[in-house]
Amino acid sequence: MLDEQRFGADEAPCLSVRHLSKRFGAGCPRCLGLEPQLERNVCPRCGTVHAVRDVSLDVFPAEIVGIVGESGSGKSSLMKCLFFDEEATDGDVRARPFDGGAENLLSLSPQQQRAIRNTVFGMVYQNPYLGLRMDFSSLSNIAEQMIAAGSRNVGFMRARGEELLERVNIPLSREADPPRTFSGGMQQRVQIAKALSNNPPILLLDEVTTGLDLSVQAAVLDLVQQIRRDFDVSMLVVSHDLGVIRMLADRTLVMLDGRVIESGLTDQILEDPQHSYTQQLVYSLL
Amino acid sequence: MATVCHPEQTTLPTCHPERSAQRVVEGSPAAPAEIPLLQIDGLSKSFLLHRVNRRIQGCQDVSFSLSPGQFVGITGRSGSGKSTILRCIWRTNLPERGRILYDSKRFGTLDLAQATQRQMLYLRAYELGYVSQFLNALPRQTARDIVLKSALEAYGVDERERAEAETERMLRHFDLDEELWELYPRTFSGGEKLRLNIASAMIKRPRLLLLDEPTASLDNASKLKVRDLIEQLKAEGTTMLGIFHDLEFMEGLCDHEFNMQEGMMT
Repeated sequence: MLDEQRFGADEAPCLSVRHLSKRFGAGCPRCLGLEPQLERNVCPRCGTVHAVRDVSLDVFPAEIVGIVGESGSGKSSLMKCLFFDEEATDGDVRARPFDGGAENLLSLSPQQQRAIRNTVFGMVYQNPYLGLRMDFSSLSNIAEQMIAAGSRNVGFMRARGEELLERVNIPLSREADPPRTFSGGMQQRVQIAKALSNNPPILLLDEVTTGLDLSVQAAVLDLVQQIRRDFDVSMLVVSHDLGVIRMLADRTLVMLDGRVIESGLTDQILEDPQHSYTQQLVYSLL
Repeated sequence: MATVCHPEQTTLPTCHPERSAQRVVEGSPAAPAEIPLLQIDGLSKSFLLHRVNRRIQGCQDVSFSLSPGQFVGITGRSGSGKSTILRCIWRTNLPERGRILYDSKRFGTLDLAQATQRQMLYLRAYELGYVSQFLNALPRQTARDIVLKSALEAYGVDERERAEAETERMLRHFDLDEELWELYPRTFSGGEKLRLNIASAMIKRPRLLLLDEPTASLDNASKLKVRDLIEQLKAEGTTMLGIFHDLEFMEGLCDHEFNMQEGMMT
């Protein structure tokens, strides 16, 4: 929900990322120099892949920020670095809901990072196999996340799990079924329920609707909007689908070869793109 | 180039190459005595198309102002740059040169050409309204849902009851047949979509309503209905800036009107 108080000059982002970089490979003088001699994001001399290069962004309370770009542009690597699935090579990430933004999350201990994964961030992966235990019941999947955050009361966890499953339209008659037996759209919705279980203030959504059929996609998008509105959650939404970004994101960043090449209000990015790559991308929209 | 997605640095550096060359144009055609709600000075916008390496002119050196409660109409052939003006105010287009001074309730006098993205999001949510014939909503949402969503955004989720009541009132007020309320607007006629859009914009009580060719591709009967609607909004004190294809339709309705030709005001 957009809150009047939040738009002041003093409003503070709830997630703030500065100069985040992720390299796969050691790098060499050619690609690590002040003016890297790279045509794309792979160093021709040492083969190092510069997946994310000097990305900075802010996400404000209850805001949805979209990231678009072709495959290989570094969107998912960025998300993985933020969720500590991958170790960022460089950068500074601060989350206000965690400690008021005092510390760089990237330099915290693995235990602290795990705690942040459980309470500050909720992640929904493109591939439900990464986010769910396919052989556990849906309810246990949610409980697992809550246990990781310190919950021990079975009754409470069950009640919360059922509330969430209901919220994402999974019939309670199927709460004991493992997600393995669910359709792709249902699995995605269980993942969303699981990600929401500890009321994280920030959700990371990585290609949540990719591979879903249109009607299911519309239902998931609607759910995401409701969640933002009803729970005041901020979201970073990665998608290569401009339609999804158009429907969800307030502001959008365009990534190419690991860098953010353009950012703006979503409709401005789509209607008045400045960068030649963004123009190419937008003109490809069906 | 690392672009920081932060409100203080939200436009690309290249978007305002001649910011220092801004000038205030005197004697704008609609200069009223009152303090304007919106004052546009020397607004220019062109579009650089990289693929063909060509620059397309949108609007050029446009200046005018709008006082509270006024209705100003812009006419002109398609391609004359009238939409560009509206889109620059709404910031769907990044203004290139000139100022768009808006008297915001929240931020005071603000140049929309330079406002941060977050400020624009705020203004879109609480102070400005944009209406066209096209629907921009998630699929599979009923007409009622669309207006309710807009109401919830303005009032807050805690005010659900009020939002629901107001939604029905607005749908009725703008003459949307009750049979349509629970339908998906995909199948609505142009006029019905427009009325739905107006309901969903007006439920937020915007201080400035932008009407983007509300009558385009409507038949005469529907156009008259829109005219009634605009008259009604005007009587309620809504400040409006509208662009229209045809002049006749606007006869006697606008406080001021001007014509665009090849990006210039005539």
